[in-house]
Amino acid sequence: MNKKRGARHHPIVRITHWISALALFVMAGSGLRIFNASPAFAPKGQTFRWWPWEGTAVPENLTFGGWLGGARHWHFAMMWLLVANAVVYLGYLWFNGEWRALTPLRGDFRDAIEMAKFYLGLRKRHPHQGKHNALQKYAYSTMIVLGVVSVISGIAIWKPVSLGWLASAMGGYHLARWWHFSAMLGLGALVVVHVVMVFAVDPYAIRAMTTGGYDEDRFSPEARNARPFVNLAPAKTEVEHDVAAS
Amino acid sequence: MTSPHREILRKADEMLERARDAGRLDRRTFLRVSTLGISATVLAACNSAGPASANKLLAFATTQNEKFERWILGASTASRTNGVPPAGARFPAYWVSDTMPVWNEAMRGAWSLEVTGAVKSPRTFTYDALRTMKLETQRVPHYCVEGWTATADFTGVPMRAILAAVQPNADARFVDFASFDDGYHESWDIESTMHPQTMIVLAKDGKRLSPQWGAPARVHGPIKLGYKNTKYLTKIVVLPAQNGGYWSDRGYEWYGGT
Repeated sequence: MNKKRGARHHPIVRITHWISALALFVMAGSGLRIFNASPAFAPKGQTFRWWPWEGTAVPENLTFGGWLGGARHWHFAMMWLLVANAVVYLGYLWFNGEWRALTPLRGDFRDAIEMAKFYLGLRKRHPHQGKHNALQKYAYSTMIVLGVVSVISGIAIWKPVSLGWLASAMGGYHLARWWHFSAMLGLGALVVVHVVMVFAVDPYAIRAMTTGGYDEDRFSPEARNARPFVNLAPAKTEVEHDVAAS
Repeated sequence: MTSPHREILRKADEMLERARDAGRLDRRTFLRVSTLGISATVLAACNSAGPASANKLLAFATTQNEKFERWILGASTASRTNGVPPAGARFPAYWVSDTMPVWNEAMRGAWSLEVTGAVKSPRTFTYDALRTMKLETQRVPHYCVEGWTATADFTGVPMRAILAAVQPNADARFVDFASFDDGYHESWDIESTMHPQTMIVLAKDGKRLSPQWGAPARVHGPIKLGYKNTKYLTKIVVLPAQNGGYWSDRGYEWYGGT
């Protein structure tokens, strides 16, 4: 049991998590500011199927950097932190084998459906899970993929001539911009879902992701049989359902 | 009036104060305080330019980025359009003067392009002298710092040929492109100036350059962002030191490479 009371996340994971939170926040804000300077994807004289949003700017309060030049300075500085941080994190995932806890494998699709059923109230007991449930695995691995897409498309937009082969690989400069924007939207949506779910299902994860403390038997959503806004209090007795099952 | 994020920070402060009085910081207070702290940061960031203390760090990043950009410039192949047709009349027109700059021959005499500075044989090119040099035509995109692109068929004299004619000194590292558009100018690194696709443009889409696109001549290279490509060109100065530029001096990055 002692092992379960240890840090839920390795310090590298905890530190890189909050650095990416900061970096993504600044990248998204400054990126939206840059986008607002020309909020359309079509080259001049062309049309782009982005109806009805082509030419629509985002509200200034969602942007960061103050002006186009300022946002560019932030964007092109923060990108190094974002990438360096991602290299450390992905390196950790790889060398520590932690990627296995995040990658949806065979059976995870069915588990994800069971999780969805549980969240929708179509199933009474929380499905059995490892470190993360199957829906989390899909969400977290998708975020990594979207992060990689946004970095690659971002480099393509940054240097569309010097690294012209990269822009070509993404279907040209204007499509690379579209990929970059879409990856950001996807990442942003998943971040919102992630934050909402942390507060609605597993607020104990905040402590687990900062100081590391976590008692799986009392706090894990599986132990609490927690769905959004239901069973937020710590589980009273240890391994209650295991006893009931025996 | 206090801004919303200061109000939230004040609340968080009060909460911490109470926690201190109670002698402990329980989980609930920790959660509340951290949530308030994060919301305050997010609100403070709304449409802000970021903390001024970050400026040194940003400047450092810009310097490092420039090194990286100069390094990958060597890897640049010729810019291609990927099949995007010329924008034609929809190619944006832009200048900094109050009205569109038009070279007035009656007032200023015949237009010419002076090439001077750290060179062995300074020269002034008349329009006809440029027109009768070996002209090249390329279909390339124009990348604006704002994010849009526009393609055009540009015809002109490669900067390589101009520099070969004036023979830069050994200490020539930069080239300043100046205009008659209200003092507009931008300086380049000599490597970008020598890029085979950098040219003094005389014609766009097969027609002599018109005033909205920089007549009588402009510099254009797809390897630089739009603002580096001075229009209404009158003077090229080869320099041992960087000379900033209109937009570079106003906070956009000086290198402005693509």
